[in-house]
Amino acid sequence: MTFLVETQGLCKEYSRREVLSDISFGVESGEIFALIGPNGAGKTTLLRILDLLDEPSSGTVWFQGVEVSYSPRNRQVLRRRMGMVFQQTMLFNTSVFNNVAYGLRVRGINGKDVRDAVEEMLRIVQLEGFEGKNALKLSGGESQRVALAQALVTEPELLLLDEPTANLDPRNVSIVEEALSRINRERKTTIIMTTHNMFQAEALADRAALLMEGRIERIGKLKDILMLPSKVLTKFARLENVFSGVARVSEEGVSIIDVGDGVQIEVALQRHGNVSVHVRPEDIILSTQPLISSARNRFEGRVSEISDLGSIVRLKVEAGKGFTVQVTKKSFNEMQLNLNSTVFLAFKASSVQIV
Amino acid sequence: MQNSLVEVLLRVVQLILSLNPKILNITLLSLRVSGTAVLIGAFIGVPIGTILGLGQFRAKQSLIRFIDLTLRSVINTFMGLPPVVVGLIVYLLLTTSGPLGPLGLLYKPVAMIITQLIMVVPIIVGVTMSAVGSVEKAVREKALSLGATDGQAARMVLKEARMGLLTAIIVAFGAAISEVGGIMITGGNIMRGDESVTRTLTTAIVTETELGNFDLAISLGIILLTMAFAINLALTVIQLRGVKR
Repeated sequence: MTFLVETQGLCKEYSRREVLSDISFGVESGEIFALIGPNGAGKTTLLRILDLLDEPSSGTVWFQGVEVSYSPRNRQVLRRRMGMVFQQTMLFNTSVFNNVAYGLRVRGINGKDVRDAVEEMLRIVQLEGFEGKNALKLSGGESQRVALAQALVTEPELLLLDEPTANLDPRNVSIVEEALSRINRERKTTIIMTTHNMFQAEALADRAALLMEGRIERIGKLKDILMLPSKVLTKFARLENVFSGVARVSEEGVSIIDVGDGVQIEVALQRHGNVSVHVRPEDIILSTQPLISSARNRFEGRVSEISDLGSIVRLKVEAGKGFTVQVTKKSFNEMQLNLNSTVFLAFKASSVQIV
Repeated sequence: MQNSLVEVLLRVVQLILSLNPKILNITLLSLRVSGTAVLIGAFIGVPIGTILGLGQFRAKQSLIRFIDLTLRSVINTFMGLPPVVVGLIVYLLLTTSGPLGPLGLLYKPVAMIITQLIMVVPIIVGVTMSAVGSVEKAVREKALSLGATDGQAARMVLKEARMGLLTAIIVAFGAAISEVGGIMITGGNIMRGDESVTRTLTTAIVTETELGNFDLAISLGIILLTMAFAINLALTVIQLRGVKR
């Protein structure tokens, strides 16, 4: 089996600090491969090396079995066979059409071919009719979809994605994920993506490498990585609302997990011993008054962080443990929440998942 | 007192609306001198600022880095060059006994243009440099990743910095049109009848105030203020349009 991309012993130092060490892995043609790990693990650096934006301090990269050399000419030739979507969306200050067309135009393609390709791409990322809009006037989610279209319009053999859905609202996340699996299915585009969202990795990727402190901790099928001891996983996964603690089964037949700091979480499953659990931010009900409800988990806390994601708002609530909660912009406004507002959290024992 | 203030204002409005040839010529000379200085300054300053902003000297060798750093500091210092000092230096160069004396440029608009040119080039270089520098990395890498050659990527950086380039030129023009100390020394503030030889709005205000012709001084002041306002309005509109999320 030959790999589309393969690395052997990649190391990268930035001002004597080792960011990547001994990275060896291969990605097969047509595969979706996830690089997972916490912030600062070196995921972005690795992507930048694969896109030939950075040169490794040592080690080798092969692209379709040919060793990559870093002459300016070769960099450009190879880059034209790849596409990259950066974590920080940067669009050119011109129309959406011109933004998406850029990759084709620098390759000397003009006229009707450009128009057809751009229009098809905009359909795939569900932005039909956006051609004439100024790219800087778009919302965060729309911008990220334009960035994806920009990278895909040239039909790259390899697509590199750096946290493609970080900070996007659920609707945009699903559009992006759908576009990615469609491109992978229909065009057989090989995809390497970084993510700290394990659920996304699980949903999209065939295989993954777990990167920690610049080293590959584990590589293989997603489910093998997910079987790692939960301590390791919760450490790396900057997954929101992941809590670890000791579980005991209560008289009512549910598990109660003491996750420390005076917080106990009820789970509708019977578990003993060390477990890690996860609650999706959208499954937590937020209120300004204590609610009388069937939700078994209720906490009081205060708002410590507010991030506006367009149609939805993400809040960090300090309630012994930090909870991430997601509400629509409308209810956020109606509840007149501010930093330090006192709020009440509620979620059902059945919406708690064991990681 | 109030009556006299109203009277003065009325006379000023009349003076401005009468298109008095004296005022008109002074205004036109101001625009010509500062406009030419900024135009030439842009041709010199924009390329230099672009090269510096693109980080062509972002080399690893410490000597080159030191030179680059020094150059940037010098430019930043020169952005705030006192016009009077520039005027003095240009005067010493152009005066009859000076090294460029034989050219006979002193007390002519050319001398004033040279003075303002020396003033505006660092401003244009500095603003261009920071405009290009602020978008350089992100735009260049984005363009490269989309398959651009180094040349195509550099062109895209310049295109993305276009608002900054325009800002540089407008800021420079604003500084030039309101400058007085330098051109007073090198131009000499000369009128020949209603014809302005080297008298600009700013130097005329100084003279008319000293002569007690407050109506004229105020009229000229209003014209200058209106121009400054128009320049800042244009700048604000550009910045609002170029605003990024």
